[in-house]
Amino acid sequence: MLGRTLREVSAALKQGQVTPTELCKKCLSIIKKTKYLNAYITVSEEVALKQAEESEKRHKQGQPLGDLDGIPVAVKDNFSTSGIETTCASNMLKGYIPPYNATVVQKLLDQGALLMGKTNLDEFAMGSGSTDGVFGPVKNPWSYSKQYRERQRHDEHGDSHWLITGGSSGGSAAAVAAYTCFAALGSDTGGSTRNPAAHCGLVGFKPSYGLVSRHGLIPLVNSMDVPGIFTRCVDDTAVVLGVLAGHDPKDSTTVQDPIKLPMILGEMDVSRLCIGIPKEYLVPELSSEIRSLWSQAADLFESEGAKVIEVSLPHTCYSIVCYHVLCTSEVASNMARFDGLQYGHRSGIDVSTEAMYAATRQEGFSDVVRGRILSGNFFLLKENYENYFVKAQKVRRLIVRDFMNAFDSGVDVLLTPTTLSEAVPYLEFIKEDNRTRSAQDDIFTQAVNMAGLPAVSVPVALSNQGLPIGLQFIGRAFCDQQLLTVAKWFEKQVQFPTIQLQDLMDDGSLVLENGKLTSVSLT
Amino acid sequence: MWARALRVRFPVPLDRGRGFASKAGPQGKVQEVRQGTHSPRLASQGAGRVPAAKIEHLERLALVDFGSREAVARLEKAIAFADQLHALDTDGVEPLESLLEDRCVYLRSDNVAEGNCTEELLRNSHHVVEEYFVPLPGNVSLPDMVNKTPSPTAE
Repeated sequence: MLGRTLREVSAALKQGQVTPTELCKKCLSIIKKTKYLNAYITVSEEVALKQAEESEKRHKQGQPLGDLDGIPVAVKDNFSTSGIETTCASNMLKGYIPPYNATVVQKLLDQGALLMGKTNLDEFAMGSGSTDGVFGPVKNPWSYSKQYRERQRHDEHGDSHWLITGGSSGGSAAAVAAYTCFAALGSDTGGSTRNPAAHCGLVGFKPSYGLVSRHGLIPLVNSMDVPGIFTRCVDDTAVVLGVLAGHDPKDSTTVQDPIKLPMILGEMDVSRLCIGIPKEYLVPELSSEIRSLWSQAADLFESEGAKVIEVSLPHTCYSIVCYHVLCTSEVASNMARFDGLQYGHRSGIDVSTEAMYAATRQEGFSDVVRGRILSGNFFLLKENYENYFVKAQKVRRLIVRDFMNAFDSGVDVLLTPTTLSEAVPYLEFIKEDNRTRSAQDDIFTQAVNMAGLPAVSVPVALSNQGLPIGLQFIGRAFCDQQLLTVAKWFEKQVQFPTIQLQDLMDDGSLVLENGKLTSVSLT
Repeated sequence: MWARALRVRFPVPLDRGRGFASKAGPQGKVQEVRQGTHSPRLASQGAGRVPAAKIEHLERLALVDFGSREAVARLEKAIAFADQLHALDTDGVEPLESLLEDRCVYLRSDNVAEGNCTEELLRNSHHVVEEYFVPLPGNVSLPDMVNKTPSPTAE
């Protein structure tokens, strides 16, 4: 069951081949078995089982709510969930229990999805490794895969060389990659969904800005944040997107364009497609393996009749700098709400309000968060506002124009790498600080957030080390369905292999034949 | 089809030193990735130190403590990194404030649709009296505290 697509499992549930409770229990047991991944901050076992019970009643009455009814999902811990602790992996919100559900969470629950738990992340979604949260780093399930381990030297079989998931939605990525759920929500501000998706061999989707509600997503950068979706195949992403997309009266930045539902991805005529390859994305730091796969992907489209052209996004080299200024500025503003008064951590200092605020923020925020707040405040100072913040906003317009020009020249979809390299070992990753790493790792992904375009990372192949590599497709604004259609075609061509997780194979949970998942024991 | 070796589309950059500096980019190295941890060298602007008075001012505005010399150094690097924007000519370009600037965004109608959740809202606060959140005296400003009380220890 675990190896099937969402629609297949949904059909199986409707036909009574499996029950929501069996599915729920199986996922809960895998969560327990893979606890060492540290993917979850909170496992909402009781809630999930209760939801499973209700789903089962509905299925028995022949009245399932839809394709997500009875399906285990996970949610990144920066989405508010009513009655369930929401921490953003920060001391500031430890113990915080929201009184409401984020709109996207509510939509999933309204469709009968089972909430398995809240997943781990970098603190307040700031980071590109999922290593900087107060609950510890997330481990990439591929570190424990047969594909990776058999290519390592024997003396490296100890646990110290585990790999990062990428970030900041690493927990959600690990949760889906390790078969603990079928889909997970992440957030994407600069690549936080696409980056870990590429490192964990998953489909990581960033919708157009304005398509999916941000109400209840604890904000980082209001003009760039979007909820992201992790699944094991593109069709599943379309199912989830169909549930989540749409105007939300509680989020005035969602558009009111009508969306055709359900979102079913049809066949595509590749020969009518025009793929753009941005030449500025070919940087020396790009690993030769990814460069080669990128090239092969372009050739694949061309050999099927698509037009593949080189395009130029001339302001690319300024993009990460512009993102850095705008991001820290908006963060400084958004983090101002954490003062200990209405919610969250409150310092014991009792001398004055300001002293209490300062101490609360000192104790509640990590160095990374404090650093970004201070940088942001610097750029927002009166004397710096024009030269930094407004300047960055102008550069942002130039970057948006670059994309518009590329699409106006007839390009339907851009094809780029998602990351510079495959997932690296944690011990190597932490050699540089958070800001440096983010500047390096977000290089292909953040420009998309600045332009508000939809983008998706699709797993392509395994590297020489046996680790996943993904490529990114970028579409025109609000052409999410078309983008996913292209991604679906590509996914079918590349046939990315299933992860062979030793633990789950040893106890018979996952059964593979020729690298394909054939069955899963539910006992 | 996929497994076939296909011709290499891109030229192979063998020498990192030559790089792919875009013609539109500024002189010198732009992206931090090319330099590892060092601040990017800029043509004319140096990575200046932030004066102590400015540091205090920022701490006061942000209500966040730098906590260490390293944190100040990180700010200086962040500023140097951001300074690269000045090499780009943006004359006549309007700042982009919202991606939805060409659209009509909708506000809700001004009708009471929900509420009466006082209890839930107060529940998350550490210090509540009846239906009030309780702060502390607000007429004592922070700089005075800096002199009088020891600063909270950094994490």
